[in-house]
Amino acid sequence: MQIDLPVVWAAIIGFGVFVYVMLDGFDLGIGLLFPFFESKSERQVMLNTIAPVWDGNETFLVLGGAGLYCAFPIVYSTLLPANYLPLILMVVGLIFRGAAFELRAKARRTRNLWDLAFIGGSALAALCQGIVLGSLLQGIRIEDGKFVGGAFDWLSPFSLFCGFGVLVTYAALGCGWLILKTDGELQRKMRLLMKPLVGVLLGAMGIVSLWTVIGLPAVAQRWFGSGNLLWFLPVPVLVLACVWGVFRTVRLEHESSPFLLTLALCFLGYSGLIISIWPNIVPPSLTIWDASSSHTSQLFALVGTIVVLPIILVYNAMQYRVFRGKVREGDAGYH
Amino acid sequence: MEIFDALHLARLQFAFTVSFHIVFPAISIGMASFLTVLEWRWLKTDDVAYKDMFQFWSKIFAVSFGMGVISGVVMAYEFGTNWSEFSRIAGNITGPLLHYEVLTAFFLEAGFLGVMLFGWNRVSPRAHFFATLMVAIGTLISTFWIIASNSFMHTPQGFAIENGRIIPVDWLKIIFNPSFPYRIAHMTVAAFIVAGFIVAAFGAWHLLNGRRDEPVKRSFSMALWLLLVMTPVQILVGDAHGLNTREHQPAKIAAIEGLWETEKGGTALTLFGLPDMKAEETRYAVRVPHLGSLILTHSWDGEIRGMKEFAAADRPYSPIVFWTFRVMVGLGMLMLLTAALGLLLRKRGRLYETRWFQRLVLAMGPSGLIALLAGWITTEVGRQPWTVYGVLRTEYSVSPIASQQAGVSLLIFVIVYFMVFGMGVYYMLKLMKRGPTPRADASGQREYPGLSNRALDALEGQ
Repeated sequence: MQIDLPVVWAAIIGFGVFVYVMLDGFDLGIGLLFPFFESKSERQVMLNTIAPVWDGNETFLVLGGAGLYCAFPIVYSTLLPANYLPLILMVVGLIFRGAAFELRAKARRTRNLWDLAFIGGSALAALCQGIVLGSLLQGIRIEDGKFVGGAFDWLSPFSLFCGFGVLVTYAALGCGWLILKTDGELQRKMRLLMKPLVGVLLGAMGIVSLWTVIGLPAVAQRWFGSGNLLWFLPVPVLVLACVWGVFRTVRLEHESSPFLLTLALCFLGYSGLIISIWPNIVPPSLTIWDASSSHTSQLFALVGTIVVLPIILVYNAMQYRVFRGKVREGDAGYH
Repeated sequence: MEIFDALHLARLQFAFTVSFHIVFPAISIGMASFLTVLEWRWLKTDDVAYKDMFQFWSKIFAVSFGMGVISGVVMAYEFGTNWSEFSRIAGNITGPLLHYEVLTAFFLEAGFLGVMLFGWNRVSPRAHFFATLMVAIGTLISTFWIIASNSFMHTPQGFAIENGRIIPVDWLKIIFNPSFPYRIAHMTVAAFIVAGFIVAAFGAWHLLNGRRDEPVKRSFSMALWLLLVMTPVQILVGDAHGLNTREHQPAKIAAIEGLWETEKGGTALTLFGLPDMKAEETRYAVRVPHLGSLILTHSWDGEIRGMKEFAAADRPYSPIVFWTFRVMVGLGMLMLLTAALGLLLRKRGRLYETRWFQRLVLAMGPSGLIALLAGWITTEVGRQPWTVYGVLRTEYSVSPIASQQAGVSLLIFVIVYFMVFGMGVYYMLKLMKRGPTPRADASGQREYPGLSNRALDALEGQ
């Protein structure tokens, strides 16, 4: 039996993108929470919680991009030109954010400007990622393997709302992360912030779900018309359970559960999206098999990936272990 | 032909972003090997000056590596946003090669870079050296994959065409394509020279400003030794690369030489001139008989094909490559001269005290980078009008985007790059200006040899 390589690659890239959302989600979220905390020492603690790990998190975006390019070049050559402006702005946001991280510590007079670059860069990157997601869901006009739409096809109320949804998601992840990594006054403030954030997140997820079901017949057909509703039903039920769990564990002052439950919430939202579009990789018409590179290309690249990916994951996990525990004011940052 | 259509703006944007980008990896590649040598010397001799140098230059390396990663991400996304047709048609081959590069870089960043930069107190010196060595090897493997992809675009082989897409047939042939060995040697040696001149100029600046401590003197001396070996090697490699290009991309050679007619009985070398694409001639040419044949074919009357043998639509733009090539070669000769003068002064024991020479070396500081950029412009503009030579034309590689999109993003990148990478370069220069922290006390210099590292570390720890 021949292995269906496109499915293997879709799984690898799906996994990579989720790891990215999970990891860079909370550290972009720190940037989104920055404006709510004006004291210098609080901001420093917030930064120190992600200082050793943020660049490792971001590299998953590069891996996702390169994986997509080599395994599904047609996705690369349609999704990217279709989302030209949001992707350029996302990269610009990430550049500013990364530079702010490195240079903020060295600057004195310009520190406020770098803080602004950090906030703006994080928000811009998160917003643009949401817009790209929205434009993917609403579908991209492709003929003959080429993008045939216009320069602003990505811009719609729906894609902008998805942008907002991703902003809230990342902020909630960041907040959960900080509950886990801080204590005292800062942790108390984060607990206060967590409930409204997760409430808004639930609302956003509900609206995006309704919007896609009403607006996109193919999605409605997948959920309600294929006779598989019973199989898919755990997704929305578990979403509600997770939100309830976050509220409860925040009230009971748990340390790590709010963050883990928010991660679970993201995972459920992500799997809901996959249910909605599978086996398309670029709706409405491009399947993973249409978008694949040649068998030899996928096989050649798979060999290296199978060797290196587990090592990267193990190392990343070790890194989180080394830097585990609470971060407090006055702890030495990595600079 | 529109100058400001999407195609030309996309080309301009790629040229701009890749030129900014290549500077940082070149420094990182050269610097990583330099750091390995420094740490090896330190382990071998126990001479703490080497450790000081290591810690100083590793900071420069870290900034350069970071800037290289950030600017590299932009490159990867540009293949999709601006060059989607190239991705669609050639992605089956360039995709996996690029993917391997990313895996390597990842592996590096994940495994060893952290230990190298932050791990001095967490691992043994030997383990630390191993991490440094792996980082250096990693930068070279990264180079391998990127150059493999680039060389394939110059001298493609091992592929088939199915349904209008380039499909890999034999990966070994694809990777080890005819120009690959020359290109990777040329680029790697260039990276060493880039780093060599930066380190040498750093030494020259501090010597001119009166510093005479070991890390400064030794940086200056080691860099000049490296350059003494590398500049002649680079000239030989470049020569061999030229022969290879004449064989596989004759139109590029004709454009570089500003040569229009295929001449019988030996071709002259045009030293200077103004190639004119419309008039199909090179005006004000200063020519040396037979020298062209001698250099490019290693024979008195070897044949070099002129540009008129190629259809007008297949000719690279000679006025650019003619001059960038001469800038590269001219700087190469100056580099050789500088390195040779260094040897002469060293023999006379006046290396650290000859101010005019230090000023020369300081002025030559950016020469490696300028020659590198000139060389890349020569080879890339010389590949035109193709992205994959003889297979895929540049005009069919571009995305179906509007010129406004390409124009606006170009503008954004120009502004952002000058701000962000300007800061990065400024910070690197500031670090170099400060130099390694001397371990000497206020009154004079500490003798480095003879003091054990443990004693010094203990002192430092207090």
